[in-house]
This record gives sequence, structure tokens and C-alpha cells, in this order.
Amino acid sequence: MAKNSIKIKAKVKGEKTEVKALIKHNMETGLRKNKKTGEKIPAHFIKEVKCEHNGKTIFTANWGIAVSKNPYLSFKFTGGKKGDTIAISWVDNKGDTDSRSTKVR
Amino acid sequence: MSMKRRTFLKGTFATGVLSVAVGTGLLKPSDVLAAWPESAFSSKDMDAALSALGASGASDSSNIKIKAPDIAENGAVVPITISTNISGVNAISVLVEKNPQPLAASFELGSNLDGYVSTRIKMGKTSNVIAVVQAGGKSYKAKKMVKVTIGGCGG
Repeated sequence: MAKNSIKIKAKVKGEKTEVKALIKHNMETGLRKNKKTGEKIPAHFIKEVKCEHNGKTIFTANWGIAVSKNPYLSFKFTGGKKGDTIAISWVDNKGDTDSRSTKVR
Repeated sequence: MSMKRRTFLKGTFATGVLSVAVGTGLLKPSDVLAAWPESAFSSKDMDAALSALGASGASDSSNIKIKAPDIAENGAVVPITISTNISGVNAISVLVEKNPQPLAASFELGSNLDGYVSTRIKMGKTSNVIAVVQAGGKSYKAKKMVKVTIGGCGG
């Protein structure tokens, strides 16, 4: 599912590796109304984001409707080095998915 | 510490959406043990949300820092960074006290993760933002008041 919705920066800083990700997604709460029809715009939001380091899950985000549109995420871990692989994938409430991987710099 | 998804909740687990993800191979069946914490996210007040997270007895901790604007111009995008020196953190959750459903996000951290997470959340109005840290079977919390000029829940 190559949607290209995920941007990842993974950088070693001393003993830590810092990962920053930006995901393009409407994160629709389901509370907004269509101004023309008056109907509620259905909820459409990412529920889970999984982050893997060299194939091993190290971080999982469980999200609800209160995470902002085009969500940002950052975390840090020990034991990473340049050239390692960071993979991020997400699943939303409609079952849509996307994933991306990058190398640690 | 095991890398298997931890079930730190006492509530019910959602399964429907994740069966699709499993079908696509994105989430392997073995990963889908602690599914999305449905009852925590649908809780309508702080006590219920904390209880669903298994953090009812969370004690106040000065070892949790919440970095957030004192005044958020736009309630739809409020940057929040939680950091803590508490060791052995396995989960960090972010709640907005006055949101219709307080739980905004809950993060599961592997053993080599810093007690640190940064994201952006929606706040409906001026409210305390509460950070809950779970580590070694115990829960801790801290709060910070964030004033919101334009609410961000879109209701």
C-alpha cells in the first residue's frame, strides 16, 4: 500500500537514537459536520502505529480521535546505530494501512 | 523484558479492524495480543479512563515533565512532550481532562526506550493535560494546565 504518508527521521545522538515521524492523515474525529449537508463527517483516524528497529517492535502508539491531523510522533531509544533500519506502520479505523522504513543516520 | 504486546488493560479489546491488518500481513497474528484499548478510549471521564488503563491508583510524581504551551492558540494542534526519569517505563498515556473522551493517546515502550514521547493532540477547551507513566507494575501521574483560545475538537 504505497501511500507515501509517512516521513521518518532517525538520528543517532550520543548513546541514543531519536526517531521523528510525520504521518499524513486527516484524523477525522467523527464530530465535525459537513457545512452544506449538515451530516456528520465519519470518524477516520489512525488507531495504531507500530515502530520496529531492525525488525523488532520497540514502540507502539495507540491513538484516538484526539490526536491532531497529520500526526507527529517522536521517541528515543538506546542500542541503535547508523545504518540500522527503522520501520513505521499504521492502521486506521477503516482498516487502511501504510508503512515506511528508513536507515538510521 | 518480553517484546510481546503487553496487556496492561482490564477492559475489553477491539478485534474487528485489526483482523483486516492481519490479513494484509502488516500486523502478524502474534502481534495482536494487546489490541487497541477500546474501553480506555471511549471512557468519558478521567477516573474511568485511568481505570481502563489499569492506572487507577496512579500516584502524583514530580519525576514526570510535561512540556506543553501555557496557552494554545489552536486547540486542534497542541504539541505535548512527556519525559520522565522513572526507570522501567512500559507505557506513557496522555489524557485531556476536559475532552469528551479524556484519553488521547497511549504509548507502549520497549525496554530500551527512553521515558520520552512527543506528539500533538486536540483539546476542546482549557484543561489539564495529564501524563500517566506505568513502570514496574506501578502508575504515576502529573498534570499541566493548558489554556486553549480556540477549541480543537471540531464539534
